[in-house]
Amino acid sequence: MRLEHYLYISIILFSLGVFAVLTRRNAISILMGVELILNSCNLNFVAFSSFITRDITGQMIALFGIVLAAAEAAVFLSIILSIYNEFSSINPDQTDTLKG
Amino acid sequence: MNSVDSLQYFIPELIVVGTALVTIIYDLLPDSKDNNSIAYIALGGIALTLIAIFATGAPTESLFDGMIRIDGFSIYFKVIALVATAVTIVFSIQSRELDPNTKGEYYSILIAVNLGMFMMASSTNLLMAYLSLETVSISSYILAGFLTHNQRSSEASFKYIIYGAVASGTMLFGLSLMFGLTGTASISEIGAKLAGLIEDPDSRLAVMVAVVFVLTGLGYKIAAVPFHMWSPDVYEGAPIPVTAFLSVASKAAGFALFIRIFYLGFGQIANLSTTNWTLLLSIISALTMTFGNLAALPQENVKRLLAYSSIAHSGYLLMGAVLLNDTGIKAILFYLTIYLFMNLGAFFVVILVANQVGSEMISGYRNLVSRAPLLAISMAIFLFSLVGLPPLAGFAGKWILFTAALQKHLYWLVVVAALNSAVSLYYYVRIVKAMFFETAEDQTPLTFSFGNRLLLLAFVIPTVLLFILWEPSYEVISAVIKDFTPADVGKLAATVSQQP
Repeated sequence: MRLEHYLYISIILFSLGVFAVLTRRNAISILMGVELILNSCNLNFVAFSSFITRDITGQMIALFGIVLAAAEAAVFLSIILSIYNEFSSINPDQTDTLKG
Repeated sequence: MNSVDSLQYFIPELIVVGTALVTIIYDLLPDSKDNNSIAYIALGGIALTLIAIFATGAPTESLFDGMIRIDGFSIYFKVIALVATAVTIVFSIQSRELDPNTKGEYYSILIAVNLGMFMMASSTNLLMAYLSLETVSISSYILAGFLTHNQRSSEASFKYIIYGAVASGTMLFGLSLMFGLTGTASISEIGAKLAGLIEDPDSRLAVMVAVVFVLTGLGYKIAAVPFHMWSPDVYEGAPIPVTAFLSVASKAAGFALFIRIFYLGFGQIANLSTTNWTLLLSIISALTMTFGNLAALPQENVKRLLAYSSIAHSGYLLMGAVLLNDTGIKAILFYLTIYLFMNLGAFFVVILVANQVGSEMISGYRNLVSRAPLLAISMAIFLFSLVGLPPLAGFAGKWILFTAALQKHLYWLVVVAALNSAVSLYYYVRIVKAMFFETAEDQTPLTFSFGNRLLLLAFVIPTVLLFILWEPSYEVISAVIKDFTPADVGKLAATVSQQP
């Protein structure tokens, strides 16, 4: 495995994540897309860490990235819950009382 | 400096953490919710932090093995963040929107955001920059949705987190590319290495992609076009104190990180690279102010109007960031200070009117001058200062920003900004017209406590005084950022680019 292979995978993951966020009409799927984006970043950091810097800096950043993704998911899910209580739907298209 | 030695310079942040913990533990006590004692504990913690900031001072080395750096620049932004947080706590005591049963969480999250802002202003490492940005963002999502059983608040936090999560993910991707390109996570070392990298045509595209990706996250934080979509909805739906906080403190911290990353990190490539970064940033700045002002024109909701006005002000502030030099940073710091007072003042009037009149619409402000003269006159002062009319501080701030841009020969940008200020006069004056010249059916005078009048004056006085005293305050800012200029970075870049 060369560095490029890891980068290809991470670019694919990132694009899939952005695609999911843009096209999905369900808040949970959007959250999954966000997780894909964050994981592609972590993969990048770990790959660069082992191929380029050859120290643990990148792996450390990836660890923090995982923790932050978990924190963000927790808040995201609780916001989805409150959205569901207010709108009885988790479709972003239907939560549109604010506009203009 | 290693971690143990660093702790003695880290006392302000430790006090902030302590305050957040104390507020949430105090909340568990049985009769803590009967009065505003939690808010006063939080205010006490902030006062202690302010003392600690000036007592610990600024070490010459960076702390925690290059993770954060305490210098005049970061202290300046910390004070801005603290003042904004303290004012927000006072606003929250006044506000009738918030549920008294969740006070403890509310104040501790507010203080956690404050901690994130401290780190944003002082981080010199990619990891720290990202962590602090996320601390601010994740806590802000919760604050925006803090009103339980309120559709608009839930929707605001929902839109905020969708945009925020994608923007910060994109930024992290950009940071990972930057890490891979340069092999280091330290922002100033990245600056030095980039100078060498940009010479190589093969890596130019990669550098550009990485910089644009990082710009996404930072642009989202300061609500710059085209990453601004969240901000009108979030500002309208969130509780008013939170809106005031986000529009001032969050933006200030975003600019602090923006300056750190772009000035220390990417600033080196601005002069060397073939890609014209100055042009890119100027276009973003011009678009941001034009969009903000044009979108504000038809607004009827004052909160939403102020949201668009705050997007426009991001555009003005970006004019300073475009320059990537000391004059630009000084202009940003000066304008942010003025913006802190005038914008928080305007939001304070919105809170008082919302409490008494029960309306956030411009129609609720009709004939305010005879119902509450002090309130109407103060609001007029804030709004005219936001336009940038003399003899108010907003004029001095804009004057300095415009002259800084002129020095770099960005004439078209200054023309756009001046035209925008003229456009902005229209929508601010609509509120003033409603307050002074329109008649309302309800003529009952509004009453305010002595403390509120005093607080209102605390915003009015700097808004006027900073116009008269702009020269001494500008000199204070010059002294503050004197040690910010990265002499060693410039040298490093020179040595790297000399190598074959």
